[in-house]
Amino acid sequence: MSDYPALSGVAAPAEDDAGKFAAGQAGERDAAAAQAARIERSLKLTIPVAMLALTILVWQLYVEINKVPPYILPSPVAVATALWTDWGTLYPALLVTLKITVSALVLALIGGVGLAILLVQSRWIELALYPYAVILQVTPIVAIAPLILVYASSTQVALLICAFLVAFFPILSNMVQGLKSVDHNLLNLFELYGASRFQTLWLLKLPAAQPYFMAGLKIGGGLALIAAVVAEFAAGSAGAGSGLAFRLLEAQYRLNIPRLFAALLLLSATGVAIFGLTSLISWLALRRWHESAIKREN
Amino acid sequence: MMSDTETRPSGETRRRPIVAVRDVSKRFSNGTLALSRMTLDVMPGEFISLLGPSGCGKSTALRIIAGLGDASSGAIDYPGSRVDVRGKPEAEIGFVFQEPTLMPWQTVFGNVHLPLRLKRIGKSEARERIMHVLETVGLEDFARAYPRELSGGMKMRVSIARALVTRPKLLLMDEPFGALDEITRQKLNDDVLRLWHEQDLTVVFVTHSVYEAAYLSSRIVVMGARPGRVVSDLPLDAPWPRVESFRTTDAYAALCRRVSDALQLAIHAPSAAA
Ligand SMILES: Nc1ncnc2c1ncn2[C@@H]1O[C@H](COP(=O)(O)OP(=O)(O)OP(=O)(O)O)[C@@H](O)[C@H]1O
Ligand SMILES: [Mg+2]
Repeated sequence: MSDYPALSGVAAPAEDDAGKFAAGQAGERDAAAAQAARIERSLKLTIPVAMLALTILVWQLYVEINKVPPYILPSPVAVATALWTDWGTLYPALLVTLKITVSALVLALIGGVGLAILLVQSRWIELALYPYAVILQVTPIVAIAPLILVYASSTQVALLICAFLVAFFPILSNMVQGLKSVDHNLLNLFELYGASRFQTLWLLKLPAAQPYFMAGLKIGGGLALIAAVVAEFAAGSAGAGSGLAFRLLEAQYRLNIPRLFAALLLLSATGVAIFGLTSLISWLALRRWHESAIKREN
Repeated sequence: MMSDTETRPSGETRRRPIVAVRDVSKRFSNGTLALSRMTLDVMPGEFISLLGPSGCGKSTALRIIAGLGDASSGAIDYPGSRVDVRGKPEAEIGFVFQEPTLMPWQTVFGNVHLPLRLKRIGKSEARERIMHVLETVGLEDFARAYPRELSGGMKMRVSIARALVTRPKLLLMDEPFGALDEITRQKLNDDVLRLWHEQDLTVVFVTHSVYEAAYLSSRIVVMGARPGRVVSDLPLDAPWPRVESFRTTDAYAALCRRVSDALQLAIHAPSAAA
């Protein structure tokens, strides 16, 4: 540790120089700290990017050196080429998957928050309705997808329902937990001032539940995409309105593995984008007050 | 203020009490008996200090007085004021909880604004009143800060400002100045006394400090060890107004000794059978 010169084998300075020495050290230390912070910030970006580049490079070299055939493992260049040439089929499929995922998430947010608010209004409502939410959650979505396909008016709607069902529960349960986790003395305060139910909900319970809502949003966003893909696998229908999952399956049947990888890449990118976006929303909402979004300062 | 020689009668019985606590017991759902047949009349204009050993039920008693939570047995009445459908008083009550109890997502201003918002008081009037109470507690520069950016004592002062902003008739304070330095504490003591004097306030004040109780009160109520009940009730006849110089008088010293003795007795008294 360079902060402790005495420990690094340098003799301690003479008595009367000590003050000056310490002051000089403090100045240097401030500059050093700023420098360290700058380096840390740039490393935060460069390390992941470098790591990614390295992985791609190793992958490319591995494929080239071992002459792996493209139908086993395509090289990154082959994947990029497939992405470029097949953009005409992949892009509409991406839009379909995105549309299903986003609308399912939005519906799940509205439904989850709405039902959570309803559930915490009275213990009786909770007792009556919560079991259904749990049953829907614990039943594997793949198992009920065929049923939903039968009942729903179109495949699109069926996929939407599947994705909704999966994203709905984490939002609901987080929200219920959040609405119930209000400081009891704050509730006392609201009671003391004769706050109405609506005022208590709007000014106290909903803001207090925000961190829980954000956790639910992040989980629900990821799950909506997964469920949209899984449900499409189960549906397995072709046509103009098919999403990325179908294109992926189709590419596998045709042994067009580069295109399969391209579709996979788009799915991953979508997942990352959803994660990034929900994390950003969460940070924006909580950065002023919640411990999770604030750097510890002692 | 010094020339003001008006004395406030203590233990006044001509008027009806603001709050009448009759034989109230409180048992929590885990079986703890916190209060046992407690009886206390809070008369208008009194400044009552509630003293007692830790865990004897002072906070519980204060919540009962405010109409928060139900007593297990006994009755709480508000003879002077109308009650709403739930039997809770409509009179303005200010409550300073033992913990600051602030909303972390609101600024200091937002937290103090809350009671006025719940009462739907207009923006401009609210703003004026908020800045005024923040000045009273010395936090006018921190209106836009968030609670996490404040020290423990500052949070407590926000909580006090929030209780004062509605200009309550009855002010209930649960160890409000415990976390403050001596100088700020004395200043706020004097502020509370001034408000009490000017606004015809009634105060019930929980404290662990015999000196604070003796300085502030018109009546000191000492509670015995759990289960809580009133074991001694001392009307104070010390003169008003009380200012800094009162702390050096013989009367004050004698008062402190009396209160201290009563507290000793309360702590060592055999607790009543539950
Ligand atoms: N919610 C609760 N559930 C169960 N027991 C409780 C609850 N709140 C308080 N108690 C019990 O009631 C008793 C009185 O508590 P209270 O908070 O009123 O004490 P207090 O006199 O205010 O103490 P202190 O001076 O330490 O603040 C305590 O023994 C405590 O254990
Ligand atoms: Mg207490």
